[in-house]
Amino acid sequence: MNGLVEVLRAGALTTVQDLGRPGWAHLGVPRSGALDPAALRLANRLVGNPEPTAGLEITLTGCELRPTRATTVAVVGAEVDVRVGHRPGDTGRPLAVPGGAVLRIGPARRGLRCWLAVAGGIAVAPVLGSRSTDTLAGLGPAPLRDGDLLPLGTPAGPPAPVDVTVPRTPPAELRLTVRLGPRHDWFTPAALETLLGTAYQVSPLSNRVGARLSGAPLPRAVPGELPSEGLVLGAVQVPADGQPLVFLADHPTTGGYPVIAVVDDVTPLAQARPGTTVRFHGPQR
Amino acid sequence: MRIRRVGTHALLLDLTLPEEADPAVPPRGETDVASIVEAWRAELWRRRDLGELAAVEIVPAATTVLLDGVTDPPATAARLATWTVTALPTVAAARLVEIPVTYDGEDLPRVAAHWRTDVPRVVRRLRDVEFQVAFCGFAPGFGYLTGLPAELAVPRLPTPRPRVPAGSVALAGRYAGIYPTASPGGWLLIGRTELTLFDVTADPPALLSPGTRVRLVDQ
Repeated sequence: MNGLVEVLRAGALTTVQDLGRPGWAHLGVPRSGALDPAALRLANRLVGNPEPTAGLEITLTGCELRPTRATTVAVVGAEVDVRVGHRPGDTGRPLAVPGGAVLRIGPARRGLRCWLAVAGGIAVAPVLGSRSTDTLAGLGPAPLRDGDLLPLGTPAGPPAPVDVTVPRTPPAELRLTVRLGPRHDWFTPAALETLLGTAYQVSPLSNRVGARLSGAPLPRAVPGELPSEGLVLGAVQVPADGQPLVFLADHPTTGGYPVIAVVDDVTPLAQARPGTTVRFHGPQR
Repeated sequence: MRIRRVGTHALLLDLTLPEEADPAVPPRGETDVASIVEAWRAELWRRRDLGELAAVEIVPAATTVLLDGVTDPPATAARLATWTVTALPTVAAARLVEIPVTYDGEDLPRVAAHWRTDVPRVVRRLRDVEFQVAFCGFAPGFGYLTGLPAELAVPRLPTPRPRVPAGSVALAGRYAGIYPTASPGGWLLIGRTELTLFDVTADPPALLSPGTRVRLVDQ
């Protein structure tokens, strides 16, 4: 028996996440998975887990957990206070949690999300090869609620022998590299200049499906509807209102609005609070 | 065919254009494109099974096929450009699924009005069509079924219903579809089925996958 984690306070949105369920898009199944896979991998390494092990993705308001047995945890991502019982802990390093002690992840001071790895991993039943909560399609475990009991897996090895990892402070302004297309020809030349030349703000309507942006609208050169086509992570889709939307892990597999460009690396958006400035630029030479 | 780059790891085969860039040849209608998409989908899945193509996702859609998780997109695009699909895939070889349908959808009169006929004739027509799953999307296991001719296309409801029950069989545009789970929806409801469309414990999880032939038989 590997013990359980009792959810004392689930917070605004805490979900189980691993590296998602790629390979099922042809059946309409989103990829899902941690919004910053590198952060989850690091947290797992810190507690001695294989990198793809399922952990928790904790959003903005933090959460409180109580493991029934002694375990090791690590928190990576947003700037948060971590407490084990009454002792302050650190992010970015393994923390020993005695059985029955309360682990408190405080609200994010900077950034938006952090990832918690527990030795042995969160051992809920996998769905199509993944334990990730898919907030769009409703696959995998439901978002955590107060009082939930999560099973833990068997620890694979000892925690990593590290002293400290270097935390990445979320920048005040994001600069995201994009490659134009596949449907940039559906937009006016002015729209392409606007996309690459003006600042956008992250909208409060953003979620795990996509980062909605607000700013100068991107006018279309081609009217009408685009027949539905396959979507990728980071696709910058432009709906009828002209305001771009960058698709994140829970994005739908197909969509009917033209994709003006694709962001190379969406992980900075995982920490982007509403109001954060986003600028796009083309590939650097 | 035109191959479009999609970000750093994906390619989009756009099949709306004829092979030869001949200005005298008009762009294909969606009718022809659906069968070409299906031919390419089958060919790309076949080549991936043979190890000739590395892609995490091969996702057909209305007029395109997306290849995502491609390690060297320029090299893959160059090889793709040399491949052809000659004949349409052997339709008879594709799996046929018969779906028992109770034809009591509340939008049947609306469909009959669009088709300028009556409800019994609508039902007879739907029973006689052999559909094929062109692609999946919208929800896990939701297949877009082609097979209706262009003149029988129907518009969506002006205002979507807040909740369409699981198993609802419906039409929109030239597609038929079956809701795997309850969800909001604007398609015209023609009937319902008791079959489970998507089951994560089944292998494969989706009853309908791209290429599957479908008949909507009487319950």
